[in-house]
Amino acid sequence: MSWRKHRNQLTGFLVLLPSMILIGIFVYSFIARTIWSSLTDWGRDPSQALALEPVTRFIGLQNYRELFTGVIDGRFRQDLVSTVFFTLFFLAGCLLAGLLLAILIDHKPRGEAFFRAIFLFPFALSFVVTGTIWRWLLQPSGGVNRIPALVGLPPRTFEWLTSRRQVWRFDWSSLPVASAIALGLGLAIVAALAYRSRRRGGAVAAAVAAALGLALAVLLRGYRPLPFPELHGFNLAFVGIVVAAVWQMAGYTMALYLAGLTGIPEELREAAVVEGASGWHLYTRVILPLLAPVTLSAMIVLGHISLKIFDLVFAMAGPDNAYTDVPALLMFITTFRGNQFAKGAAIGVILLLLVALIIVPYLRSQLRREVSR
Amino acid sequence: MYLVLFLAVAFFLMPVYMMLVTALKEPIAIGLDTAWQPPRTWNWASFAEAWVAFQPKLRNSFVLTVTAAAASAILGSLNGYVFAKWPFPGARIAFALILFGMFIPYQAILIPLFQFIKSIGLYGSIWGLVVVHTVYGLPITTLIFRNTYVEIPDALIEASSLEGAGFFAIYRRVVFPLSLPGFVVVIIWQFTQIWNEFLFAVSLSNPESQPITVALAQLSGGEAVRWNLPMAGALLAALPTLLVYVVFGRFFVRGLLAGSVKG
Repeated sequence: MSWRKHRNQLTGFLVLLPSMILIGIFVYSFIARTIWSSLTDWGRDPSQALALEPVTRFIGLQNYRELFTGVIDGRFRQDLVSTVFFTLFFLAGCLLAGLLLAILIDHKPRGEAFFRAIFLFPFALSFVVTGTIWRWLLQPSGGVNRIPALVGLPPRTFEWLTSRRQVWRFDWSSLPVASAIALGLGLAIVAALAYRSRRRGGAVAAAVAAALGLALAVLLRGYRPLPFPELHGFNLAFVGIVVAAVWQMAGYTMALYLAGLTGIPEELREAAVVEGASGWHLYTRVILPLLAPVTLSAMIVLGHISLKIFDLVFAMAGPDNAYTDVPALLMFITTFRGNQFAKGAAIGVILLLLVALIIVPYLRSQLRREVSR
Repeated sequence: MYLVLFLAVAFFLMPVYMMLVTALKEPIAIGLDTAWQPPRTWNWASFAEAWVAFQPKLRNSFVLTVTAAAASAILGSLNGYVFAKWPFPGARIAFALILFGMFIPYQAILIPLFQFIKSIGLYGSIWGLVVVHTVYGLPITTLIFRNTYVEIPDALIEASSLEGAGFFAIYRRVVFPLSLPGFVVVIIWQFTQIWNEFLFAVSLSNPESQPITVALAQLSGGEAVRWNLPMAGALLAALPTLLVYVVFGRFFVRGLLAGSVKG
C-alpha cells in the first residue's frame, strides 16, 4: 500500500508541475520583474521607453521617493488617499446593506427567492456594464438628480462624477507623525486589552511597541516630506462611484451573510427566544457575534476588490477624470499612455504590498484552520 | 419589513429600468430632463445597431470565455484531485502559493505580462487572452475542486487502489464521475469572471480581438454620446452572464461562496 501511495504522490506531483510552473512564471517571476523594473529609470528617456531591448539604469528607490515626496507626483498621493476613503465607504456600505438584506430575507418573507435573486443579480454583471449605466444615471442634469422632480420638488444639481469639492482635507506632510501617533495609540489599546485579560507577556510587548510608536512620532516631529503644504482629502466625486459599487456588491455580501445565517443552529435561536431575547436583542447579542467570521471574510474580500478597483472607475468617469482617479487606474495610464514603465511598475508594487498586507495573514489563518479541522 | 424590501427592490431595479427605457427611445427623444419617462414609441433599432457593432466583439468574448473556462477547469480538476487525495510533502505550501495568485492586483504583473505576450507573438490575438485567463484562473479552479474532492471518502479511493487502479484510473473511475457539480460551479464562475473582465482585455487586445467589455467602455466613453446605443450595448454585454445567473443560480452562489476561500 505504502509504495503505491508514494508512487501516486509522485504522479500527483508531476501532474501538478505544469500548473506550478505556469503560476511560478506568471505570478512570481513577473512580480520579481516588476519589482526590478520599478528600481530602474525605464521610461525616463523617451527614446528608450518603447525600444524592444530598452537600455535602463538601476536608480534604487528613486521612483518610490518621487511618488511619496516628489513635487510632480501629487496625483498619486491624492489617489492613495482616495482609495483609502473609497475603501472605507464601500466596505461600510456593503456590510450594512448586505447585513440588512440578509436579515430581511432571513425573516422568510413571501417571495423570498424573488427578492434574493433581485438583490444578487448585479454581482453577475461586469463592472463595465454597471459603470456604463450609472454614468448615465449620474449625469448632472438628469437621472438621479431628477428624482426629486418626479414628485414635484426642484431637481438637484450635484455634479456626481466631476465635482471638485473636497472634504476632510489634511496636509500630506502631517501624515508621518499622525500615523505614528495612531499606531502608538492603537497598540496602547491592544496592551490595555491584553492586560485586562491577564496576558502579561502580550501586554508588555504591546506596551513597548506602543511606546516606540509614540517615540517615533516625537522623532518625526520636524520631518517635512514636502517643502510646502499639500492638501489632500475625500473627493466628493467619489460618492457616485461608491453608490454604484455598493449597488453591485451588496448582494454578494448578503449572500455571504445568508450562508453564515443558515449555519447557525435553529436550537440556538430558540434557546435565546426562550430566555426572553426580543427580536432586536436576538440579532445584536446572539446572531451578530456568531457572524463575526463572515464579517471578517467579507471585509477582506471586499477590501481587496476595493484596493484593486479599476474597471468601474474607468467605465463611469473615464480614465482621465482626475477627481475620481485611483492608483490602479493611474498605473495603467502612467504605463500605457505615458510610457513611464518604471513608475508604473512602482505603483503596481505599492498596490501589491497593500493587498498582501491584508491577504497574506488571512490566507495563513484560513489554511491553518483547515489543518486543525 | 415589506416596505424596506420594496424600497430595496426599487433601488436595485432603478438602473435596469433606466437602461431599458433609454435603449428603447428614439435617439432624438432622449433628453436629460425627460430621462425617467417611458418611451413614446418603442424603437428597437438601437438593439439592431448595437448588435451589428458588437457582434464580432461578442464572438471574441465567447471564444475567449469558453476556451479559457474549459482549460482552467480541466487543469483545476486535476490539481484539486492531487491536493485533496495525494498530497505530497510540501503540498500545503504549494497550495498556498497557488492561492495567492488569486488575490494579487494584476497591475503588479501587467508590464512583464505585456512584454511576454508580445514576445511570444500573441499580443492583439484572442489566444493571448486565453492563455492569460487560463493561468490566472488556476488558483480559484484548483481551490474549488480541492474543496469538492476533500468530501469524497478516502475509503472509496483506497478500495479502488486495492483493486489495482493507479492514479489516473482512480481519477477516471471514482473522482471524475463525482465531479459534475464541481465542473458546473467552476465553469459558471469562470465564464462570468472572464466574460466580465476588463484590465487584461484592454491591455492585451487590439480592435480586432477586443472582447465586449472593452468595446462597451469605448462606446460609452466618448464625449457627446447618444445614450441609446451604450444602453442597448450594455444589455447585450450583460445578457450572457445574466442568463447563466438565472438558469444556474444555485451553482453561481456556490462559486461565490468558494471565492472567499473557505469551501
